[in-house]
Amino acid sequence: MHELAITQSMFEIVLKQAEQSKAKKVTKINLVIGELTGVVSDCIQFYMDIISKGTVAEGVIVLVKSVPATAKCLSCSKTFTVKEMEWKCPYCGEISLEVSGGKELFVESIEVD
Amino acid sequence: MEIKVLKDILSANEQIARKNRELLVKNKVFSVNIMASPGAGKTSLVLQTIRALGKTIKIGVIEGDISSSIDAQTVGKAGVPVVQINTGGECHLDANMIQNALNNLPLKEIGLLLIENVGNLVCPAEFNLGEHCKVLVASVPEGDDKPYKYPLMFTTVDAVILNKTDLLPYVKFNTEAFTRAVKGINAKVKIFPISCTTGEGVSAWVKWLKGQMK
Repeated sequence: MHELAITQSMFEIVLKQAEQSKAKKVTKINLVIGELTGVVSDCIQFYMDIISKGTVAEGVIVLVKSVPATAKCLSCSKTFTVKEMEWKCPYCGEISLEVSGGKELFVESIEVD
Repeated sequence: MEIKVLKDILSANEQIARKNRELLVKNKVFSVNIMASPGAGKTSLVLQTIRALGKTIKIGVIEGDISSSIDAQTVGKAGVPVVQINTGGECHLDANMIQNALNNLPLKEIGLLLIENVGNLVCPAEFNLGEHCKVLVASVPEGDDKPYKYPLMFTTVDAVILNKTDLLPYVKFNTEAFTRAVKGINAKVKIFPISCTTGEGVSAWVKWLKGQMK
């Protein structure tokens, strides 16, 4: 639901970087998005198509690297990927966990001409 | 040509959130971001907190809603300064909205600021406002499986209020399973079962809140 706000923030970062690099055109944006953020990648491209019209980023392709949710077991200290939101240590069955990955939300790089 | 950026998408929001925090600290205001799904009892919690603490601490309120000023009117009747933010469709409050609201509150007079976020268990979890602590209001009729359905929200907060405990005899809700799930993904979180209707459990929440303010 918050994809528009996120796309706008991301767009500003991209435009600033493009200006600094004196880019004529931004062709690709590489994002890293954690599974826990609930951000829908398809929506970002959709909003980007609209808000980038008439700018150096018009027609840009947004590529998303998705980071799965990972957790550290507070009992056996092993780290594991949380599959299908099953919040349970697959090694010892403990449910006391610490989230260790999946909250990422950043612009990794842009590709420009 | 590829250019490395490595910049947090919400860094602009984070910057404003830091400014908000500085302003609050400067004015000795402790702030709480109250989040929940629609109808869980955020406004009722605000009112109960005012009732319990209003005589000893000057409280201010920011009400966040997509539209209407119903909540601000309700809270205003309790005799506290209140600012209504209408997000006009945005599903969450962000730091910029709070910055504007802070300019419209008598910060020098306030000791505690309660910020009621837009009813939503997804988006508000992403946006820091500059608050000192984050609180989630979950309620019995929503079901005990919510921690696993909205994990980011449950891992982000410092306290979970389990509201509407007066409905426990009528609703299928396993408090033990709920507590286990919440503690499982957020070991440090405090859980307060309360009923804003009967007032049961409110004192424990208020005691904890006062402890946080010290």
